[in-house]
Amino acid sequence: MKLVIKNLSGERSGQQIFTAVNFSLVPGQAMVVTGANGSGKSTLLRVIAGLLNPSAGSVSLNNSSPDEETPIAHEHMHYLGHQNALKLPMSVGENLNFWRQFCGKPLLSINEALDKVGLPGIAHLPAAYLSAGQKRRVAIARLLVSYKPVWIVDEPTSALDKASEILFAKLVEGHLDTGGMVIAATHQSLGLKSGKARQINTLNLDENKPNPESEWVDSR
Amino acid sequence: MSDETTKTAGFWTWFWDLANPTRFLAIANWLIPVLAIFTCILLAIGLFLGFSAPQDYQQGATVQIMFIHVPASWTAMMCYSVMSISALGSLVWRHPLADVSIRAAAPIGAAFTFLALLTGSLWGKPMWGTWWVWDARLTSVLILFIIYMGLIALSRAIEEPTTAARSLAIITLIGFINIPIIKFSVDWWNTLHQPASVSRLAKPAMDAVFLYPLLTMAIAYTTLFFTLHLLAMRNEILRRRIRSMRMSAARKFDSPSASDRK
Amino acid sequence: MMALLLRDIKLAFRVGGGALTGILFFLAVVTIVPFAVGPDLNLLSKIGPAILWIAALLASLLGLDRLFQQDREDGTLDVIIIQPHSLTAIVFIKCVSHWLANGLPLLLATPIFGLFMNMEPLAIGAVLATLIVGTPAITFIGAIGAAVTVSLPRGGLLLAVLILPLVIPVLIFGVSATYGAIQDPAPFTSPFLILCALTLFFSVLGPITAGWMLAQSTD
Repeated sequence: MKLVIKNLSGERSGQQIFTAVNFSLVPGQAMVVTGANGSGKSTLLRVIAGLLNPSAGSVSLNNSSPDEETPIAHEHMHYLGHQNALKLPMSVGENLNFWRQFCGKPLLSINEALDKVGLPGIAHLPAAYLSAGQKRRVAIARLLVSYKPVWIVDEPTSALDKASEILFAKLVEGHLDTGGMVIAATHQSLGLKSGKARQINTLNLDENKPNPESEWVDSR
Repeated sequence: MSDETTKTAGFWTWFWDLANPTRFLAIANWLIPVLAIFTCILLAIGLFLGFSAPQDYQQGATVQIMFIHVPASWTAMMCYSVMSISALGSLVWRHPLADVSIRAAAPIGAAFTFLALLTGSLWGKPMWGTWWVWDARLTSVLILFIIYMGLIALSRAIEEPTTAARSLAIITLIGFINIPIIKFSVDWWNTLHQPASVSRLAKPAMDAVFLYPLLTMAIAYTTLFFTLHLLAMRNEILRRRIRSMRMSAARKFDSPSASDRK
Repeated sequence: MMALLLRDIKLAFRVGGGALTGILFFLAVVTIVPFAVGPDLNLLSKIGPAILWIAALLASLLGLDRLFQQDREDGTLDVIIIQPHSLTAIVFIKCVSHWLANGLPLLLATPIFGLFMNMEPLAIGAVLATLIVGTPAITFIGAIGAAVTVSLPRGGLLLAVLILPLVIPVLIFGVSATYGAIQDPAPFTSPFLILCALTLFFSVLGPITAGWMLAQSTD
C-alpha cells in the first residue's frame, strides 16, 4: 500500500495557498508538515483527507496487488482536525462506541484506548465535564478504537501538556511500527524518532508558495 | 420591641440555615414521610366525603369530578406562586435552594395543570357538550400549561445550573402575570366556565355538603404538592451532587501520569 | 448506520437537543389561532385541519437547522463524511432520526390539538394520516435547505425561506386530502396518493442533493 501525493495544489477562498506538493508514503513512514501560520498546512491536510477538492494534482492510495480495485484514499484515513468531534451531551464511552461502530474495523476496546491516552476509567463521564486537554486526548483515542492505515492529524498536541505530547509521540510511533502511515501538521516538534522500520520525513510548506498574483489581479 | 426583632432575626437565621443543602436534606428526610402520611389520610377522607356527597339535581353524578378538578387547578396556581416566590428568592436574596425549588416545582405544576385540563375536559363534555371551548378561563389555564412546559424546556436546555438559575427565575416572574388573569378571568370576561363560588368575600355560595369535601381535597392536594416538591428538591440536590462528583472525577485525570503503567 | 440513527435520537432528547421544544411550539401556534380568529367553535372546526397542518409545518421547519449544524460545529461532520458510507445513505439516516425525534412527537400530540380545534374524529384521523405521510417529506426537503445553509451562523430562518416553495405542494395536497376525507364531493384518495408520491420522490432527491451539497461545503 502506497500513499501518493502528486503535484497537489490547494486553494482557499479562491486564492492559491500552496502548489506542487509531491511526496509518497509507504507503511512505516510519516510526513511532518511544518510552515508558518497561513502557509496552508490545515488546507493541505483537509485536501489529502478528501474534505476539500484540490485545485490541481491528486491523492491516491495504491494497492500492492494491481488486480484489486483502487481504494478511495480518504476511506482509509483517520482525520484529527482542530476540533475534537466529541458530542458533549454523551458520555466518553458513548462517543467512542459510536465511532468504533461507525468507522468499522474495531481495534482496541474503549477502555484499552482510554488507558493508552492516560484517561483510564473515564468512560462513564459526560464529555462536557472534561477539560480541553482531556477532550483532545479522547479525540486521539478515537484513532485507536478503529483501524485505519493512514492518520491525518492537524496540530494534534495543541491543548496538551508535555507529558501528553510524549504519550502522543509514542502512539504515533506505535502506529508506524505496525505498518501505518501518518501525516501530521504542527508548529512544535512532535518528538518523533526514526527507528528500525520507521522513517520520519518533513515538508516545509513555506517552500510551496504559489505565484502571489491571482488571476483577478492585473500583473503589470 | 427588641423581642420582635430577635424573633424575626431567629426566623431569618433558621431560613438561611436551611440554605445548606445537607441541612435541608436532613429536614426533608423526616418531613417527607410525615407529609406523605398526612396526604394519604386527607385524600382518603376527601375522596370518601366526595363520593358520598349527594348527586347534584342538575349535573347528576358528574359533579363529583369537581372534587378532583377544582383542587387540581387551585394547586396548579399555588405551585406557580411557590415558584414565583422562589424566583424572587433566587434573584433578590440569592438563596441557594431557590433555583432548586423552581426546577423541582415546574414538572409538578405542569402535571397538576394537565390534570385540571383533562378532568375539566371530561366534565365539560357531558355538561357543555364539547371537549374544549376557548373561553377565558380555559385558555388562560392552557397558557399556564404552556408556561410550565416552557420553563421545563428551559431548565433542560441549559446544562450549567447557576447560569440556568437566573433565566428560569426571570421567566417565572414574567409569567406570574397569568395567575391573576386566571383567577379573575371568569369575572372579567363572559365565560362558559363557572364563576367563583368558594372564594367570595361573603359566605361561599356552595352548600356545606359539597364544600367540606372540596376543602378537604384542597388541603390534601396541598400536602400532596409539598410532599412531591420536597421529594423533587431532594432529587435535584442529589443530582447536583453527582454532577460535582463527576466533575471532580474528571479533574483527577488531568495529568497522564496514571498511564505510566502500561 | 444503526449506530448513527441511535446516536442522533439520543442526542435529540438530551441537553440542547430541542426535540421537545418542537412539540411545544406546535401547541403554542395552535393556541394563538383562536386569539386571532375568535373562539367560534364552528369556524375553528372548519379551519382546524388547515391550522394543524400550518402549525406542524412551522414546528418542523424550525427544527430543521439542527439537522447538520451541530455536527458541523464540533467537527463530527468532517469525520462522518470521509467514512466509507455513502453520503446519500448518511443523510437519509439523519433525516429518519430527525423525523423520529421531532416529527413523531408532533403526530402524537395532533389528536389532542384536534380536540382543541373542536374537530370531528374523522377530521382528526384524516389530518393524522396526511401528517404521517407528509411530515417525512418536509424533513427530506428540509435536508436540502439545511445542507445549503449549514455554514451560516443564523441559517435557520434562511433555511425556512429557501425550502418554503418546495414544501408548499406538500401542504396543498395534505390539506386537500384532509378536506377530501371530511367533505363528500371532494376526493381523498388522489391527493393522498400524490402526497405519498411527493414523499417518496423527496426521500430520494433530498438525501442525494443534500449529500452532494455537504461534500461541497467542507471548508
